[in-house]
Amino acid sequence: MLVVPALAGLAFLVLPLAGLLVRAPWPTLLVRLAEPHVLEALRLSLVCATVATAVCLLLGVPLAWLLARVEFPGRRLVRALVTVPLVLPPVVGGVALLLVLGRRGLAGQWLEAAFGISLPFTSAGVIVAEAFVAMPFLVISVEGALRGADRRFEEAAATLGASRLTVFRRVTLPMVMPGVVAGAVLCWARALGEFGATITFAGNFPGTTRTMPLAVYLALETEPEAAIVLSLVLLAVSVVILASLRDRWVNSP
Amino acid sequence: MVFRRLPRWAIVLPVALALAGLPGCGGGGPAASAGGGSKEVTVFAAASLTETFTTLGRTFEAAHPGTTVRLNFGSSATLAQQIVQGAPADVFASASPATMKTVTDAALAGSPTTFVRNKLQIAVPAGNPAKVGELKDLADPQVKVALCAEQVPCGAAAVKALGAAGLQVTPVTLEQDVKATLTKVELGEVDAALVYRTDVMAAGDDVRGIAFPEADQAANDYPIAVLAQAPAGDLARRFVDLVVSRQGRDTLTEAGFEVP
Repeated sequence: MLVVPALAGLAFLVLPLAGLLVRAPWPTLLVRLAEPHVLEALRLSLVCATVATAVCLLLGVPLAWLLARVEFPGRRLVRALVTVPLVLPPVVGGVALLLVLGRRGLAGQWLEAAFGISLPFTSAGVIVAEAFVAMPFLVISVEGALRGADRRFEEAAATLGASRLTVFRRVTLPMVMPGVVAGAVLCWARALGEFGATITFAGNFPGTTRTMPLAVYLALETEPEAAIVLSLVLLAVSVVILASLRDRWVNSP
Repeated sequence: MVFRRLPRWAIVLPVALALAGLPGCGGGGPAASAGGGSKEVTVFAAASLTETFTTLGRTFEAAHPGTTVRLNFGSSATLAQQIVQGAPADVFASASPATMKTVTDAALAGSPTTFVRNKLQIAVPAGNPAKVGELKDLADPQVKVALCAEQVPCGAAAVKALGAAGLQVTPVTLEQDVKATLTKVELGEVDAALVYRTDVMAAGDDVRGIAFPEADQAANDYPIAVLAQAPAGDLARRFVDLVVSRQGRDTLTEAGFEVP
């Protein structure tokens, strides 16, 4: 009885992707891929998503450690707050970023006056938007790994005189490395696909803020075929990511 | 599994929100009401028509009790693509003949009527922080400028106007429709933008408009057409009649449009 809706569900998920493959302009695919504006958007997407992931690692891993290892009042609330960007529509995130980091934003105003830094309409703005949306994926993944890790190793290291930082660096981090990697890959994929927060906060200009998803959206207006080609690139990237995570997700019992 | 660590509400909440949203997004399209003397007319209109067509929609509903006018605003290019892809619209009002042509080329609309013209203005935030006074000030690299993307009518008009003035302007962003461009001015994120005169007027005190002579060479004609497959049929024609009527023209000219 459950098989029918299950198959319908499968078709629902797979058919749109198949449609993308069917409608793809295969004969002109390579030519279209080599167009400068496509390469530019691709390069920008890869660079921004990678830097955003680095930022997430730098801030997210310690945050996950804090949530998993340190008892403090309001921890549940902090954990809930961390997951908000996960359920928030990205456009709302973009508006929020604009109100805080925009030129007239609460912090942005001050940033511009003090350092002459203005984030909207820059690649740095893209990175900020992507990191905002993608960081929860990393934090949740790493926190889960930390909670699953055996604390006795850390305790042993601590009794042998290792400082908190040393324990974290030499014992904890190596133990949870698979979780960190999985979280980073998820985070990177989410950053790569980011659209709403980016277009709202960072704008849309070729070379500086027009990432692949924005290029897909714009191409759909005039050149649907180009949009298909760009979508295929993103699809290919997703498949590669899925393949790299194969062992932890697809093969999970 | 990564998501096992999510607090329960983080899973329950989006599901609840998604369910709550369901009736709103799919429910009762024009097809559903087509049978019993269609009482719904779906109008796809350029973003720059947001205020005027909302008013006209109410006027139409008042004149035809029991009818609902469903309005969908966006960049004309997007709307044209949606219609070509089979969106169930009755009327299409676009901000340029080029975007209307996308629809007529696909044999999806009869002959369109030009009902208004619109001109660009320079929009600056209240207080005009960059002291923009004329079009050539936009070429100053210190001035942050937002333009519409060239694919959408306001962007095409901007390119034409800047070309006519012989100016090279490097914007910081190319927005998807004219309202998005205007928003960047309203928020003060840019120092200037090229948007329609009507958008400047609709924005009120947050935005100041500066007219410039080259705008005359880049005026946009707005065509309107009943779509060939219009589920609302006759009702769709009556909506177009209202737009081109005396009353419709008054509403539109009041908002800053020029009637040809």
